[in-house]
Amino acid sequence: MTAHDISLSRRNILKGAGALVIGMSLPQAGRAQSGAAQVFKPGGPAAFAPNAFVRIAADDTVTVLVKHIEFGQGPFTGLATLVAEELDADWAQMRAEHAVSDPKLYANLAFGIQGTGGSTAIANSYEQMRKAGATARAMLVQAAAEAWKVPAGEISVEKGVLRHGSGKQGRFGEFAEAASKLQAPAEVKLKDPAQFKLIGKDGTTPRLDSQGKSTGKAQFTIDIHTPEMLTVVVARPPRFGGKVASFDATEAKKVKGVVDIKQIPSGVAVYATGTWPALKGREALKVTWDESGAEKRGSRELFAEYRKLARTEGTIAGKHGDAEAVLAKADKVIEAEYAFPYLAHAPMEPLDGYLEWNAQGALARLGSQLQTIDHQVIAKVLGLGPEKVTVETMLGGGSFGRRAQPSSELAVELAEVAKAIGPNRPVKLVRTREDDLSGGYYRPLFLHRLRGAVKDGKITAWSASLVGQSFLKGSPFEAMIKDGIDPVMVEGANELPYEIADFRCDLHTVDVGVPTLWWRSVGHTHTGYAVECFIDQLLQAAGQDPVAGRLALMGKQQRLANVLKAVADLAKWNGPGPANGRARGVGVVESFGSYVAQIAEVSLGEGGEPKVHKVWCAVDCGVAVNPDIIRAQMEGGIGFGLGHALYGELTLDQGKPVQGNFDSYRSLRINEMPEVEVRIVASTEKPTGVGEPGVPPIGPAVANALARLGRERPLSLPMVGGTV
Amino acid sequence: MAHTITVNGTRHSVDVDDDTPLLWVLRDNLQLTGTKFGCGVAQCGACTVYMDGQPLRSCSLPVSAIGEAKITTIEALAGKEAEAVQAAWVKHDVPQCGYCQSGQVMSAIALLKEIRKPSDRDIDLAMNGNLCRCATYVRIRAAIHDAARTLEG
Repeated sequence: MTAHDISLSRRNILKGAGALVIGMSLPQAGRAQSGAAQVFKPGGPAAFAPNAFVRIAADDTVTVLVKHIEFGQGPFTGLATLVAEELDADWAQMRAEHAVSDPKLYANLAFGIQGTGGSTAIANSYEQMRKAGATARAMLVQAAAEAWKVPAGEISVEKGVLRHGSGKQGRFGEFAEAASKLQAPAEVKLKDPAQFKLIGKDGTTPRLDSQGKSTGKAQFTIDIHTPEMLTVVVARPPRFGGKVASFDATEAKKVKGVVDIKQIPSGVAVYATGTWPALKGREALKVTWDESGAEKRGSRELFAEYRKLARTEGTIAGKHGDAEAVLAKADKVIEAEYAFPYLAHAPMEPLDGYLEWNAQGALARLGSQLQTIDHQVIAKVLGLGPEKVTVETMLGGGSFGRRAQPSSELAVELAEVAKAIGPNRPVKLVRTREDDLSGGYYRPLFLHRLRGAVKDGKITAWSASLVGQSFLKGSPFEAMIKDGIDPVMVEGANELPYEIADFRCDLHTVDVGVPTLWWRSVGHTHTGYAVECFIDQLLQAAGQDPVAGRLALMGKQQRLANVLKAVADLAKWNGPGPANGRARGVGVVESFGSYVAQIAEVSLGEGGEPKVHKVWCAVDCGVAVNPDIIRAQMEGGIGFGLGHALYGELTLDQGKPVQGNFDSYRSLRINEMPEVEVRIVASTEKPTGVGEPGVPPIGPAVANALARLGRERPLSLPMVGGTV
Repeated sequence: MAHTITVNGTRHSVDVDDDTPLLWVLRDNLQLTGTKFGCGVAQCGACTVYMDGQPLRSCSLPVSAIGEAKITTIEALAGKEAEAVQAAWVKHDVPQCGYCQSGQVMSAIALLKEIRKPSDRDIDLAMNGNLCRCATYVRIRAAIHDAARTLEG
């Protein structure tokens, strides 16, 4: 199969001539390179606007080309909802597919490149997708008006049916071809939210991907199989920064099914006819590693260094008043030092990718979260122009940030593997769970040292020192670092939602040879815990209630105060307890523009392990586009956050990752999942994200409950079985 | 060497090493990719299939150990328990990323075949071998209870 054939065959998008493709205005220059233009050229009408988000086929299906990767957070359903709302489509006719990689057409408007992250999918698409739907509607109406010879203004649209008072009516599919020949209107009017029939309406927009995912039919990257495809695994250095010194493939090549072995920049690649032979071949491979440049410090050594650094002056990340002066004069300084381990994302589908290429072009298929960067690095490694490379996004079996690695290490390795074996040899690069857990790009290890003072029932001073690694440093996102402060290291800690007169926060950025990365809710994974535990501890010292005490300090934080009030109401808050052996703890965090408050009810279970019985959650994410997906993300965020707070740690021992699989990288199981009750606070603010904001409050909520059960708030995570 | 196994009612002959886990035979040789790889060490349950009707982690069963046993994968599910579970999964919008859900569905159906009206404790015991990193557990539980009600009629 040549790359040329690929571009024709790889999508069934070509089916259904007479399709209507709706786009927003786009300079002509962008068209030639657009994936959509390539795709539509062979079968469809020639005059399509290329910035294609909506395709209406003669069979009446409406397919939304989704620029964001679907790995569980619901953009397929969410973006389709926005289109369907303005199109006045019937939800049953809606479909969703990933758009191809094309930064001109499909950029995340919050990033400027195509990519997903920061809980931005709905936020950046809210107007864009509604306009795409409204444009489609206007063109269908125009086409119907011309066919029926009636004024367009007299045509109504409801649930996918166009109607005129004369009794004429028709479905979208009937007018798709005629509409495709019309000029798209320059301006379209969007609905008043009061007219919404789908956005915010519970039960109207069930997920578009549930059926396929409940029957084993959904296709992930690992499921790709093509004739002549080789399955590839890579032997990588046991320590970060290690390199191949030499290797002996004699035994490995004897393994039945092993086809070839090649050195690539990240290690030694084993090519085989299937996964098992590839794994056996790798097992038989003898590699000598050059570890002269490798990181050999372990978690224990790093924490010791971090603790020392936290006692020295760092770079100021936030300050008002003079916290040090107040602390120096305080009768008693309350201190806490929170230690956070490295954490792996461990998506259920370990990272993988498929690539076929020759001199004419390349097709890559993978769970791409930063399509534009993946696209660029693949083109670069293969020495092809970007216009000759197609990147198709596959459903991702989870990510939690892992698939958005800014140097696209996965795509680079995929392209290197494909390049090393040569053209016309399709490859599927597969990673095992051990590869995944030992492969780095972890949530960085962090230390927070906090000091505070209380006087006459009031918190008078707060001083925080943070120590950790920056993963923006040296990445394409380095420009985000300002005045020596990487904002995602201190977000949530350098400005508090609480009014405290004298405040400071400083930061130490440490260079460690361990690759790190954003991890679901990024800086808030640790700042949320440190801040919400410490405020609770200070309020307890001041004799204040966890809810009322927080509210009293949230002067300007109306939305945050509202979710805290809402969750207290939902849980029928009556103080932290304990009562009947159970205590309640509070956590409330704004992240990514969304406001989430949680109350956890906790007891001490077997062996003194925290047992979380129930979590109440209130969220304000602006206009709630898909309420049930918001609830699902709160439930999932709570489970994800809780599992890691309780059990998650990726320990390095002399630079080597200790946890190799789920037997040691303990992950939350169904018997450990609390009951969850979610209240969505009604809002008319612009929609913000929900993929991440459910995560940060749960850890501190549990810790704060433990503090009422006679335990200290855990100073070192995980709460159960920590090894450092 | 060649192994003959019965999968979804069909006899297949595959030429693979004796130690090849059933999972990779299903996925790579038979292209039955509904059964997923998640850990390779029977810790996550994504690879759950039935051997003579009993749920089993296919990542840890060598093809040479199958013999005459009958293997069933998610592609060949049939029967009222399967229908009830899969309908409940869709109704509750259980899946997020969806990658573990084949295994979840397989374990849930096996549970309902065993226990008509499972308690929360029964669900914990039957399902705690199936990891979901998206933590869809609240809905898995609700969907199993719902499927049990459907089966009650």
